[in-house]
Amino acid sequence: MTNTWSDIKNADVVLIMGGNAAEAHPCGFKWVIEAKKLNKAKLVVVDPRFTRSAAVADYYAPIRTGTDIAFLGGVINYLLTNDKIQHEYVKAYTDFTFLVDERFAFENGLYSGYNADKRAYDDRSSWQYQRGEDGYVVTDPTMQDPRCVYQLLKKHYSRYTPDVVSNICGTPEDQFLKVCEYIASTSGTDRVMTIMYALGWTQHSQGSQIIRTGAMVQLLLGNIGVKGGGMNALRGHSNIQGLTDLGLMTNLLPGYMTLPGERETDYGAYIARRAPKPMRPNQMSYWQNYEKFHVSLMKSWYGKAATAENNWCFDWLPKLDKPHDILQVFEDMYNGKLNGYFCQGFNPLAAFPNKSKLNVALAKLKYLVIMDPLATETSEFWKNYGDLNNVDTASIQTTVFRLPTTCFAEESGSLVNSARWLQWHWKGAEPPGEAKPDTEIMGSLHLHLRELYEKEGGTFPDPILNLDWPYKRPHEPSSEELAMEFNGKALVDLVDPADPTKIIRKAGEQLDGFAQLRADGSTACGCWIYAGCWTQAGNQMARRDNADPYGDGQTQKWAWAWPANRRILYNRASADPSGKPWDSRRRLVWWNGKQWGGDDVPDFAPASAPEVGMGPFIMNPEGIARFFARDMMAEGPFPEHYEPTETPIGVNPMNDNPAAVYNPAARIFKGDLPNFGTSAEFPYAATTYRLTEHFHYWTKHVNINAVLQPEQFVEIGEGLAHEKGIANGDRVQVSSKRGYIRAVALVTKRIRALKVNGQTVHQVGIPIHWGFMGQAKAGYIANTLAPFVGDANTQTPESKSFLVNIEKV
Amino acid sequence: MNVSRRGFFKVCAAGMSGSSLVAMGFAPTAALAEVRQFKLAHTTETRNTCPYCSVSCGLLVYSVGDGAKNTKAKVIHIEGDPDHPVNRGTLCPKGAGLLDFISSPARLKYPEVREAGTNEWKRISWDEAYARITRLMKDDRDANFIEKNADGVTVNRWLSTGFLAASASPSEAGYITHKVVRNLGMLAFDNQARV
Repeated sequence: MTNTWSDIKNADVVLIMGGNAAEAHPCGFKWVIEAKKLNKAKLVVVDPRFTRSAAVADYYAPIRTGTDIAFLGGVINYLLTNDKIQHEYVKAYTDFTFLVDERFAFENGLYSGYNADKRAYDDRSSWQYQRGEDGYVVTDPTMQDPRCVYQLLKKHYSRYTPDVVSNICGTPEDQFLKVCEYIASTSGTDRVMTIMYALGWTQHSQGSQIIRTGAMVQLLLGNIGVKGGGMNALRGHSNIQGLTDLGLMTNLLPGYMTLPGERETDYGAYIARRAPKPMRPNQMSYWQNYEKFHVSLMKSWYGKAATAENNWCFDWLPKLDKPHDILQVFEDMYNGKLNGYFCQGFNPLAAFPNKSKLNVALAKLKYLVIMDPLATETSEFWKNYGDLNNVDTASIQTTVFRLPTTCFAEESGSLVNSARWLQWHWKGAEPPGEAKPDTEIMGSLHLHLRELYEKEGGTFPDPILNLDWPYKRPHEPSSEELAMEFNGKALVDLVDPADPTKIIRKAGEQLDGFAQLRADGSTACGCWIYAGCWTQAGNQMARRDNADPYGDGQTQKWAWAWPANRRILYNRASADPSGKPWDSRRRLVWWNGKQWGGDDVPDFAPASAPEVGMGPFIMNPEGIARFFARDMMAEGPFPEHYEPTETPIGVNPMNDNPAAVYNPAARIFKGDLPNFGTSAEFPYAATTYRLTEHFHYWTKHVNINAVLQPEQFVEIGEGLAHEKGIANGDRVQVSSKRGYIRAVALVTKRIRALKVNGQTVHQVGIPIHWGFMGQAKAGYIANTLAPFVGDANTQTPESKSFLVNIEKV
Repeated sequence: MNVSRRGFFKVCAAGMSGSSLVAMGFAPTAALAEVRQFKLAHTTETRNTCPYCSVSCGLLVYSVGDGAKNTKAKVIHIEGDPDHPVNRGTLCPKGAGLLDFISSPARLKYPEVREAGTNEWKRISWDEAYARITRLMKDDRDANFIEKNADGVTVNRWLSTGFLAASASPSEAGYITHKVVRNLGMLAFDNQARV
């Protein structure tokens, strides 16, 4: 979230699309109700289903699953053609005036630089700005140049007319226009819209671009960086934000730093590439501090072994040949390339697509280690559960270890919520039996391995023998010690660069924030964006002062938010270029003549006067927000509608190019090609979702939730039910090219047939919560049906949009 | 006059003023008049956070067991934390059932192993689990670790073992997991943020 849960109450319009907060995030959704009550806010919901969020909305419009870019592209066109944009904001704070390379082009569904054989854009050199002799980007403040971003944007989205949108999305034209009117009502400086989305936007082969399109709508309206606005991802797990921040991904290091690729052999070049110089005069480009964050991380990991001479152990970091995301890893496992796998609190057999492929892959492992509080399906993938998991146990030669871990009530530590708040919690009870916290298990594994390498030697033991391990009880590092480590500390007395007589922090003291980090090895910090969470003054994450002095829901003294306890990101954009709040009722930070200050911690250089012209998006080398994504997105600089990989209409009405029906940059493994179905065989568009009574695959193990929603079901509309002769309560089989599930049919008015490209498209709703283990009635794993393809940028599986058939059984 | 609590209410119900009854000295004995003991009165209250979605509602966890030797703290009640600025004391149908999550029959209690080709779990000790797992890890790493790629570039990666991390575990667990896993050279490393 750019903003916070309680900030939603400051909105005038709330758009929920690609999520269903009322059921999946009920206690956060209450802030939408607050906005309606206190602020007369209008709630608009766009969803394939009439959800409980829709049930309390001021306006609901249906949409075909997987067509959100077409819908939002249509909104962009509406805002531009009806002049419903915040002019001064977009001109000053976005790339509207930037000129784009003359070679950049878009034709019949494809951008310049496409390689059809590789199904990828391997030449993105034209996806750039024009540069002047001074090296800076060339701009046209009049925005008349046909190569400026504004003109290119306008041209690109002029194709998304209301009738085109309606034809693709199945949303009746008048309903689409009504939604546009609600959204456009916030184009002035005095009204604000927030967007709330979740996995309904991420789990598509073009999910990242759906989210970008939403962000572009918000930028046009001037709704980023302001109270009651923002792009608000409603994240799924209690600490999914924390694990992302801490970089537990194939290509990341903590704090959104990135691992080197195998072509990056030179340390200096590795840093320089990640510390871009400003692209326009007087811009901050905060990532120029990259080396300070990186060296401080290496000091936290390798202590004294990390020196300037060995480039802070640069060679010890593994170098990427390609991203080893989960889909790639299961593909490799399927092909026999992995021997071992660990699942720590993760149930991939249920969470990832195409269960039968996953079953085959897991059976090829030599060893599998499960660390979990609960008995997961993955841990028993080798056990025959009849039709629900029909495997030949004796032939599966995988050794499986299952290690019991603590749950939330039995451990202390911090969890980072969707709003970036690090909140500390305390242990309240002992775990059952011999269960142990993950910190202890990881510590013990490291110490056992270190002992083996000390005793026996082995391949490249250096990092294992030198990993800094200062914990008081080496086998069980405490949460307190680890939190202090990722906050960071001074390794020597830190002298104030402005005044050499002054010591900022003495050696060994906790740091106050990332501004104190240095690239010379004199500071250690395990996650630079968390610097400030545990200072010399103590644990800031444990703060419990819920005072809200400004009445705006920011509660600055409750817990601690990264970065720098800032509650609303890009908040400099809440003031106009002269430093005055756009809206005096919504003032957040402003220029007082000497410095920036206000209700929130300014997301800006605190003493940079407005006349200097520094832009509010200080992490970008441009200093402004981008409509034109340059070469950073796999499928092109502007989001374009592509059909889901399995499309119910078989064509992309936006082009007649067979290479651009679905995402032309989506990675599809050769072996999976026969596993995609067509609408001839599987005519219905399916989507998966959560129920309010259940959480993923956990709560089927929880008695009360198993009682509340005991048995697996699927939802279909009355039209489809009538066509197929299915009555409410009948047992049905839902099949895709990859397998089938059997469940009770719930015939409902909540899902209706849509008119798409001249044909009727029925949608099938599939709740995900069942499996072959648990207190609830045993059921089929819903992801049996989903396709093995991911978003072209994130490789998040396309679980929200695929084709099925349905038959009464 | 020694009136039982039930009797006291009967007297009141008969129309007499309770307060005047007390004033006249007809109060029941103190012990009998006391309402039923509040069951949370002797519990320990601990602040926690709901482990499900990322609204991250504040919780109050009530446990019995005072920390003395031979007692084991056990959670008996969970409710929303009214001081929490986001959930303000409320919980959803998932959070309201958390007590049953802690005591779920599916909770794992002991390290176990399923040997290759067999159809059952076998309980093992932590020592055996660590010893066997790290043996498998080291053998695989030593055999398959790639120090240099085909072009002779130092890459120091280990691709034949992978790790999925838990996005419901605390950041401190996530941090130490990253430190240990990346240090071994693993790249097949992800968490639920990928889903």
